[in-house]
Amino acid sequence: MSIFLTKDSKVIVQGMTGSEGTKHTTRMLASGTNIVGGVNPRKAGQSQDFDGKSVPVFGTVADAVKETGADVSVIFVPPKFTKDAVLEAVEAAVPLVVVITEGVPVHDTAAFFAAAQASGTTRIIGPNCPGIITPGESNAGIIPADIAGPGRIGLVSKSGTLTYQMMYELRDFGFSTAIGIGGDPIIGTTHIDALQAFQNDPDTDAIVMIGEIGGDAEERAAAFIKANVTKPVVGYVAGFTAPEGKTMGHAGAIVSGSSGTAAAKQEALEAVGVKVGKTPTETANLMREIMQGLTK
Amino acid sequence: MDLMEYQAKTVFAKHGVRTTVGAVVTTPEEARAAAEEIGGRVVVKAQVKTGGRGKAGGVKLASSPDEAEEKAREILGLDIKGHVVKILNIVPAAAIAEEYYFSFLVDRANRNYLCIASAAGGMEIEEVAHTNPDAVAQISIDPGTGVDEAKAREIATAAKYPADVIDAVVPEIVKLYDVFIAEDASLVEVNPLVKLADGTVEALDGKVTLDENADFRHPDHAEFEDVSAADPLEAAAKAKGLNYVKLDGSVGIIGNGAGLVMSTLDVVAYAGEEFGGQKPANFLDIGGGASAEVMANGLEIIISDPQVESVFVNVFGGITACDEVANGIVQAFELLASRGEAVTKPLVVRLDGNNAEEGRRILDEAGLAGLERVDTMDGAAKRAAELAAK
Repeated sequence: MSIFLTKDSKVIVQGMTGSEGTKHTTRMLASGTNIVGGVNPRKAGQSQDFDGKSVPVFGTVADAVKETGADVSVIFVPPKFTKDAVLEAVEAAVPLVVVITEGVPVHDTAAFFAAAQASGTTRIIGPNCPGIITPGESNAGIIPADIAGPGRIGLVSKSGTLTYQMMYELRDFGFSTAIGIGGDPIIGTTHIDALQAFQNDPDTDAIVMIGEIGGDAEERAAAFIKANVTKPVVGYVAGFTAPEGKTMGHAGAIVSGSSGTAAAKQEALEAVGVKVGKTPTETANLMREIMQGLTK
Repeated sequence: MDLMEYQAKTVFAKHGVRTTVGAVVTTPEEARAAAEEIGGRVVVKAQVKTGGRGKAGGVKLASSPDEAEEKAREILGLDIKGHVVKILNIVPAAAIAEEYYFSFLVDRANRNYLCIASAAGGMEIEEVAHTNPDAVAQISIDPGTGVDEAKAREIATAAKYPADVIDAVVPEIVKLYDVFIAEDASLVEVNPLVKLADGTVEALDGKVTLDENADFRHPDHAEFEDVSAADPLEAAAKAKGLNYVKLDGSVGIIGNGAGLVMSTLDVVAYAGEEFGGQKPANFLDIGGGASAEVMANGLEIIISDPQVESVFVNVFGGITACDEVANGIVQAFELLASRGEAVTKPLVVRLDGNNAEEGRRILDEAGLAGLERVDTMDGAAKRAAELAAK
């Protein structure tokens, strides 16, 4: 078991024939992902070879879904075309759409998220995220599959490289699922969505939650943990030294006035009993202690 | 990107919002000429990207061109919360009957849009919301349906705008929503939105934040960029396509991925407490790729910062393996030497993740002067802070 993505997931790639799409489709296939097709209207009916595996290209998401029964789409198209690509996947009722693209205008994200909500059938992860991996089963996105294997820790993070760093630190335990939700102001799947899914997942024993400056998602996650999460959670928050009013790489990572600070997030998490590490390594060690306690 | 008031009003006018853009000047003499041209009483307004201008003495009434010149001389050069006034907006003094508040913004928590509106305008809305929450209406907007006339009327009513201005306000709300969407703004704020003595309404002030991710569909937004205000290092980094923010510490930072770099700054500041309070000098994310050229460009910016005493390169090899990153560092040293800018400041490198051992071997064999390898993030941060303190 795992959350959102399993070995049975049938994955299509929108933007598979582009350079990023091709590179990461190769990597996803190598890590065992069941990739059943790509989408490109100009190459419909053709197929693309990935180290000996031929993947068919469809003209539309709807065609790909009809022919293959795909239930996950990973999107690598440039920011300009991302909104239309996501809307196409939503219209085709794809249950999980993972938007890797960085630099999507926030109004475009607001529009496709609203469409996904209205559809009632599509969950979006991202945009501007590394995607989701259920080690040993399936990998939808760009998280390197060889960092850590399967295990019983769930990981949810706003940041891609901190996801990799944390998986590496805890590679001796492994992960049920690791999910990078992205650092944009509007994202399709939040810390709360992932916490809820990990809480309900019988194969997840404990959860690492990584946040960063901007907005109040971590504060709301803290309130959610208090009310709904019984599994142990450890946290990490990045951006204590970020100056007010400056965007720190991620479009959503900005302290505005006194809101969105790392200190406020740490305080909110600690107030509900979540241990927060000062560094990624210290955070990993907090989780290590918990996992060692659980196996005793 | 935040716009100055006159830029915001220019954008409003483009979408038909009732407002007075006025004249934009940079010298007292120009202020006098503008006041003469406008005639009658004028208001001289500092153009800075921060609030509280009035309290800081940045907004003044002038009843003659002489006085406009005098007030302009007083306001130009004023430091308002760290922003030095270089530009003034000269507008005719309006006969204001009432002041209201209005804004549209991206609602991160609810993942849609929010309209905040109040019949109590002219002051900080946070203050109004604190002292008199009932006076501030917060109306959720569905991005799928937006704001039409009916929704605008719902907003105006919820805001408790007086009945006699609702008909005049409704079309302005629809046009402000058009500004919000068509210009890819994450914030459109009018404070105050005023009722004039003749009963018409007008945006007397404006604050707009534009979404830089949408620049590709707004080539015209480039003109709003305040090149003179930018830090020279930030401007140089931007010209090289680097994601760099100048800070005021002594440990230069290069890393891959925004989250890891933010974390690196924190870990350095934390480790720096032991060494007389050493702090990070900058944020620099060279991205997942970390090619030699990008590494060289990044190093070049950082070593040109006179405040930098040591450099911490913190890379986790994920998509790009550590051996490629190590080769990138070696090539960056060669590239910089060939540009006549050899790296003379001590450099601490932490490589971890994919092919870390191979990457470390490459660095060791290259034997680069001043480069030290420390294999944990916390340990490397400590060493970089220690070197900066020497």
